[in-house]
Order: sequence, then C-alpha cells, then structure tokens
Amino acid sequence: MFDLERWQEIFDTIRKNKLRTFLTGVSVASGIFILVILLGFGQGMQNGISYEFEQDATTIVEVWPGVTTKEYKGLNPGRRIQLRNENYETVNSLFGEEVEYKSPLIFVRNVNVNYGKEALVYGVRGVSYDYQFIDNAKLHEGRFLNYQDIAGTGKVALIGKKIKEDVFKDLDTPIGEHINISGVLFKIIGVFDEREQREEERIYIPVTTAQKVFNGADYINNISYTLPKVENFDEAVAQAVLFKDNLRSYLQQAHTVAPDDTSAIQVWSALEEAKRYFSLINNIKFFFWFVGICTIIAGVVGVSNIMLIVVKERTREIGIRKALGAKPWSIILMILHEAIFVTAISGFAGLIFSMGILEIVGPYIEVDYVVNPSVNFNVALATVFVLIVAGTIAGFFPAWRAAHIHTIDALRDE
Amino acid sequence: MIEIKDLHKSYKMGSNSLHVLKGINFSVEEGELVAIMGSSGSGKSTLLNILGMLDEADEGEYVLDGIPIKNLNETKAANYRNKFLGFIFQSFNLINYKTALENVALPLYYQKLPRKQRQEKALQYLEQVGLKEWSHHLPSELSGGQKQRVAIARAMVAEPKVLLADELTGALDSTTSYEVMELIQKINDQGNTILVVTHEPDIAQMCKRIVHLKDGVIVKDEKVKQVRAKAHV
Repeated sequence: MFDLERWQEIFDTIRKNKLRTFLTGVSVASGIFILVILLGFGQGMQNGISYEFEQDATTIVEVWPGVTTKEYKGLNPGRRIQLRNENYETVNSLFGEEVEYKSPLIFVRNVNVNYGKEALVYGVRGVSYDYQFIDNAKLHEGRFLNYQDIAGTGKVALIGKKIKEDVFKDLDTPIGEHINISGVLFKIIGVFDEREQREEERIYIPVTTAQKVFNGADYINNISYTLPKVENFDEAVAQAVLFKDNLRSYLQQAHTVAPDDTSAIQVWSALEEAKRYFSLINNIKFFFWFVGICTIIAGVVGVSNIMLIVVKERTREIGIRKALGAKPWSIILMILHEAIFVTAISGFAGLIFSMGILEIVGPYIEVDYVVNPSVNFNVALATVFVLIVAGTIAGFFPAWRAAHIHTIDALRDE
Repeated sequence: MIEIKDLHKSYKMGSNSLHVLKGINFSVEEGELVAIMGSSGSGKSTLLNILGMLDEADEGEYVLDGIPIKNLNETKAANYRNKFLGFIFQSFNLINYKTALENVALPLYYQKLPRKQRQEKALQYLEQVGLKEWSHHLPSELSGGQKQRVAIARAMVAEPKVLLADELTGALDSTTSYEVMELIQKINDQGNTILVVTHEPDIAQMCKRIVHLKDGVIVKDEKVKQVRAKAHV
C-alpha cells in the first residue's frame, strides 16, 4: 500500500485509461449517492412525523362522551352521556398517581365576546391550570391560569397570540385589558403561543368560572390527561393502553354503559396513534434500506463487472509484464490496488456529494411529513467501506486468474 | 551459456497427445548468434518458450549459465526471466498506453530500480537503438520497425544473459527487417548471446550459426558465414 513506485504505476494507468476509470467511478459513486439520499429521506420522514406529534404532548389521553348504542341494564340505547365534576374527581382519586397532568374542558357555547365595541368570534374554553401543559402551549407573556384562579372562580382569561395580533395590535400588551363575555368582564392575564395558528384563536377561562357563570351545573365536555414520560416507547404505549382501558371501564360503570359500547365513552390516546405512525415509518425506513441495499448490490455487481472486463482487456498486458519478470502477486496487487483506489475515491466523492446536498437542501425542504432529511454519517461511511471491500473481493478473483494464466496464452490473447 | 540435453515436450490435445520436441540436444556459447529454423509445426516456438521459461519441458535438462532450470514456480520463473532473459516478439508486445520510454523502463520496474535510474537507463538504451527523440511517443505513433527497436531496447535494458527473439521480423517488410537485423548484429558484436527463431532463410543467413529443426528433432546444426545486414540496407 505504501509502495511509492506502485502508486506511480497506478496513477500512470489511471491517467491513461480515463474512460474505464470514469465508468467504475460513476457506478460506485451513484450507488452511494442513491443510498444516502434514500436514507436521508427515510430519516426526514421520521423527523417530519415526530414533529407533527410534538405539537401536543405525546402521552396525551383524552376522553369525551357520546351516545349509547346498546341496551344495558334496562336502559335504552340512544341515551346521551354527560360527564360531571364527580367523574373527574373520582378518576383523580382512583388513578391520580398514574397521571402527570389532568384537566377538564368545557366548550363555552352561546356566548358573545366583546372587547369594547368590537365583537370577537373566538372559541371560549373552560379549563384547569394543568391544561397549558397538556396542550403544549408556550407562554408568550403574562401568566397561565393558576390554582387560585380555579379555586376562587377568578374572572380571568388567557388569549392566544393570534388574538393579540388581531385585536390588541394597537396596545403594547393586552394584559390588564378586560373582555366582556356575555356581560361578564374577564381580565386578560396572559398570552400563549402555539405552533399552529388555529390553536391560538382560543380564549381560556377557569373551568370553575365557566361552570358557575355560563353553565349553571357541574357539566364538563371533555377530560384530558397526560401520562408521565417513559423512556421505552413500547412501555409508554402499554401504560397508555392500560390507563385508557381503566378510565373507560370506570366511566362505563359510572354511567351504566355496556362494556362493549365504544361510542358512549370515547377515549383517545396519542401514543397509540403515534405507534401506528412509527410502525409505518419503520416500514418505510425498512423499504428505503432495502432499496438502498439493492442499489449497493447493483453497485457491487457493476464494479465486479468492470473489474472482469478490465482484467480481460489487460490479459495481454499482463502476459507482457509476466514475460518481463512480473511476479503473480505483483500483478494481483496492481489490479487490486487500482480497484481499491478508484472505488474509495469515487465512493467518498459520492458520499460527500450526497451528504452535501442533504446538508444544503435538507433544511429548506417544506413538504408535509418530511423535515430536515439527514443521514447518519457513520452509516454512510460504513456503506462506502462495504462497497470497497466488495469491490476488492470482486476484483480479486479475476485478478488471481489473470495472474496465473500461462504467459504464452496471455501473449497470444488478442 | 545454454546447455540442453534430451529435451522432450508434448501437448495434450483432447485424448491424444502431440509430441512436439523429441529429444533436443544442443548448446550455445557466450556471444553466439544462433538462428533456429524450421517450418511451422517443427517445434521451434515451443523450444524458444522452454528456453524462455514461459513453458516447461516434460523431460530433459536445461542449464542456463551454470544454473539448472527446473521445478520452477511462477515467482522463481519470473525472477529468472527478469534477470537472465530478454524477449523480442513478432507482434512487438509493447504496452499500448505507455510511451516508448516507459515500455523500455518496465523490466527495471520489476527489478525494483528507482524511477529516476530506470528512466536514465531506458533512455540510454533507446539511444542505442536510435530512438532517443521518440522516447515520449506511444507505440501507436511509431512505425513497425520503430516498435521492434523499442522492443529490442526493452529486451536489452535489464542486461540479460540471453536475448530470445521469436520471428522478430515476421511483421516487417524486408527493408525494415534488415535494419532490425543490423541492430541485432550490432548488439551481438558487443558480445551478447542471441537466439533468433525464424523461418526466413535470409534472416537466418545473417546469424553465425543455423540450427534446423524438423518434426521435433535437430536435423542440421551448421556454422555459417555471416551475411552482414548492412550490405542490404
């Protein structure tokens, strides 16, 4: 490998056989290029889907009531189920230790929201102080709802950044301003920030206030939970499924619903959804790997083919060299040295080129479910080495045969 | 220089075997210029291949400059060829992507001589064959006679004990043939031992001794009065 004379001999050969070298190089470089781009997009899809799921806390479990579809214990189907504070509290006492954050949710309907003379058409929701964490909202300014607001039925409101920009654009800050919700004044205490603008067009008020002022009862529409984060994804899914099942069976008993009546009490777990997506991604990644490996195999076959042709083409030259005193091993090493050199250079060229494209273009790709395609450098490097080793092995056998052909036969080769 | 005793060689052609050399005995002294003549199929090329260690005899002795040549493996044969023998072929056998100079320098590469020394020496031998100013041309840019002279320079560059030429004028017209033979005679005059395989009588007459081969045996071995090629050019 460090024989300077042989390096010179090889550079001479390469310089004078440009087309042959170029073809070998292109087949190796394109193999690596395609593999890296494919793996990059596989990773990009994974990033993209992870990004979509990060918007809300991934361990979120939501429950909302529906209408019964089955007769149970003498009760007719078609009965509307209504969740109440009592349900929320019982769940807390039963499963409180299993959850991280919890909050009831009320959609406040049939209200008019005004700021001064301006009518605001935004949804109003009553929530508890944990809800910001469940919703993954970020505080833009002011503060979130706190325990005091809930316990003391405070007339305070939290608005989305979009509302601030639309309605309070003339003010430095909307905090301290009052909005009028169906005749009751609420003081704005904070502005929150969401990844999606749609979710910023909301006004949050304490759930207790919402019940007392607008609902007149202990009704709630929806309960959201998040579960503590678990490192292992499968464990996290198992935990979510268990919690979901417990939650549903408790609520089914509390509301006298048939255990197999899934539409009366609906429970949704983000993790289960995520699991489906992640297994989809895994399949896609597997497919990309499969295609990539096939590409590499095609590259190896291409390299071997070219090596075979190269050796065939050089049979006479090999005969001449042998007549002049070349030993068999020096012939084999000469051919292999050239093969390794060409595959290595073109392999790395393909690697650098494709990684460069991913680095430069990747961050600008704005397609749904594809975010920042990139590839693990070590994986790409390993494939280059696989290709080099495969090319070497593929080149060795023809080289060995050529080095051992009878010199006379080699010289007669036309 | 060369001692050959009772050399036999046969080739297997399917089920029957072809007995090509049937007991060859002859010796060559240092400084001789020997022509080996015979019609095609007489075994002259086979003899030359055995002498050149490109092929091995089935039976018999071959001693080159006091060294018995037998039981050769490829590496050993390669070494001997490199040190002791220079080859000149009918079809020149130059490497087509190497310049004249690089072709001549190639045997020295296998002697592991440093690049600079190789080039100096190769240039010196190219000068001897009168092609110094063609040293950076590719074989495709040279005429047949020039190619053969490059091949002769290449055969000479390693300073071998014996030069083996196989129909070296076979691909050349007669004027060029005589020019090449003049060069061979000049090299022989310097004391080099040369064996020429040919089927052309005029070429054979330019050697000092003619060995006639027929059906694998030597039928006639005579010293001749050398015809100087210069007279014909």
